[in-house]
Amino acid sequence: MKPDLRFDFTADRATGTLTIAREFDGKRQLVWDCHTKQELLDRWFAPQGLTTKTKHMDFRDGGYWHYAMITPDGQHFWNRLDYQTVDPIDNYTARDGFCDEAGTVNPDMPRSEWTGTFTDASDRTLVTTVVRYASPDDLQKAIDMGMEGGMASTMERLDELLPLLATG
Amino acid sequence: MGKHPITLDAVFHALADPTRRAVLGRLGRGSATVSELAEPFDMALPSFMKHISVLEKSHLVVSRKKGRVRTCALDRESLIAAERWFGEQHLLWQDRYSNLDTLLASIKGDDDEA
Repeated sequence: MKPDLRFDFTADRATGTLTIAREFDGKRQLVWDCHTKQELLDRWFAPQGLTTKTKHMDFRDGGYWHYAMITPDGQHFWNRLDYQTVDPIDNYTARDGFCDEAGTVNPDMPRSEWTGTFTDASDRTLVTTVVRYASPDDLQKAIDMGMEGGMASTMERLDELLPLLATG
Repeated sequence: MGKHPITLDAVFHALADPTRRAVLGRLGRGSATVSELAEPFDMALPSFMKHISVLEKSHLVVSRKKGRVRTCALDRESLIAAERWFGEQHLLWQDRYSNLDTLLASIKGDDDEA
């Protein structure tokens, strides 16, 4: 990442919302394509060390993206993003969920609504993604699952949080 | 699941009140008895106990009674879990978008050669 590319990440527990704003060094049409075409999504969507494999992609209102993020030892984590509204090359809304290989969404797992907005920023493109959990309970499930996963963390510094609680 | 699965509704309710936030801030410096915690507030003990009860229901605070003295402490595990998850999401998006930077650069490189 170029050091001057904007990246803002905000988490709002009160509304169960994550907001991710990121600038990209590319024209809006290209950045939009990277978010909406399977052959491009497969090249970047999974975090480093994992690969992305699309099983089904139909990017339109009512369509969905069914994909797996695959670990080096071959474990597949299946996800599904159901597109609700698509307005090229400005924005889309979708519903995220965990599913199985057949694409059946697991109703016991937390789901979130995504709103992706694409805007010009000189020669660059700003992508703002708002991830909103359906309910505080859904967000809590996601947090509990994260605990079970025991993933690495950089945020174990409770002492930094406490002064914030004490104000106001 | 965590030992004390927190419900966020309870946490928001707990954090919404200045007295309870002050109590959490005090407990951040170490455990304290209920009477120590109540001292700075001009409030009848039963009212103050209601605040303690809200904090306990949110699983932000645990208390133990020994004889007639109730001692409160912060439940760091629950607070850390929420912060940790947000941190992991931050890293996931950071990582994913770093891949996209690389992809965009390679596509633009192809165009230059064409």
